[in-house]
Amino acid sequence: MSDAALWVAVIGAGLACLAIKLVGHLVPEHALAKPRVARVAALVTVALLAALVAVQAATSNGHVVADARLLGLAAAVVALLARAPFVVVVIVAALVTALLRLAGLP
Amino acid sequence: MRCATLCGMPGPRRAARTPEVDSAVRQSLSVAVATGLYGLSFGALSVVAGLSVPQTMALSLLMFSGGSQFAFIGVVGAGGAAGAAVATAALLGARNALYGPQVAPLLAARGPRRVLAAQLTIDESTAVATAQRDPAAARAGFWWTGVGVFVLWNAFTLVGALLGDAAGDPRRYGLDAAAAAAFLALVWPRLSGPGAGAARLVAGAAVVVALATTPVLPAGVPVLLAAVVAVVVGLVAPLLPAPAPDADRAAAPLACPAPATEPEVAP
Repeated sequence: MSDAALWVAVIGAGLACLAIKLVGHLVPEHALAKPRVARVAALVTVALLAALVAVQAATSNGHVVADARLLGLAAAVVALLARAPFVVVVIVAALVTALLRLAGLP
Repeated sequence: MRCATLCGMPGPRRAARTPEVDSAVRQSLSVAVATGLYGLSFGALSVVAGLSVPQTMALSLLMFSGGSQFAFIGVVGAGGAAGAAVATAALLGARNALYGPQVAPLLAARGPRRVLAAQLTIDESTAVATAQRDPAAARAGFWWTGVGVFVLWNAFTLVGALLGDAAGDPRRYGLDAAAAAAFLALVWPRLSGPGAGAARLVAGAAVVVALATTPVLPAGVPVLLAAVVAVVVGLVAPLLPAPAPDADRAAAPLACPAPATEPEVAP
């Protein structure tokens, strides 16, 4: 993506997210408070985040690959099971991955 | 406190100093510090994904929604098109629209203050506000959390972006895995606890769909396709309970709002 296109995307996505928040403050409560709307929104959030985990950890240039990132992610799972704070989870994953690459893993 | 005065924020001078308000303010500050700190990782990962420092700051100032911001840079970093990045960020921000009806009646904001309240309507401010029993404490909780997170999130984004810019090859430091871990930490609280069966099912299906379609679809599209799975499951499986947020917000503040007064509306 060119720098100009990236700027357009940044501003466009930022305004879209602000508009979404404003909708919540302007529309009558009953329109958004339906259990089904809330359920779908919650599941969409879960699906997007889970897909982003998979794409970020196990794909590279349009290919599915298994490398040091997966073990870094496994370390993050251990940190999450130990109820570590967000920043610690992220640092543990980076550290394990960096050390494995230092040891020669792709 | 110029903004506080202008916006009518119930700061120390405006709100009655009841124990409830004091407690809400303390809660707000601890949430703001915890959330702000992880702006560091966003800033660093954003420049690693190919955004400039000004672009990174524009995201934190204008978009101001952690999940959406991480998703945006995730799609851009994977080589996705602008449209896919905008669509993914907007879809992840959709839950913020569900918070408005919960906090707007508490705030009764009008005019420019309403726009400001909307911009500050995120997981954390909604969670702290709706966790208070006293209306004054709820208002204090919303504004102190919203403004506190906004200031610290943006400050730490800048520090992280400058650090990431200086770091060089991101793979050497495992920052690509750090981005995956950030997404995992955001989704984690939604996959545990009672009633998370549908969420786990959707998460598993989303992973399969995203990996299976990555070799054949342009970057960014597999993630959007995973959202379709969620819509289908959400509509055809009305008997499955909605995912319930975990009670512990400290692990991943942005991912974990707990609208205590509104159990039907999961975040």
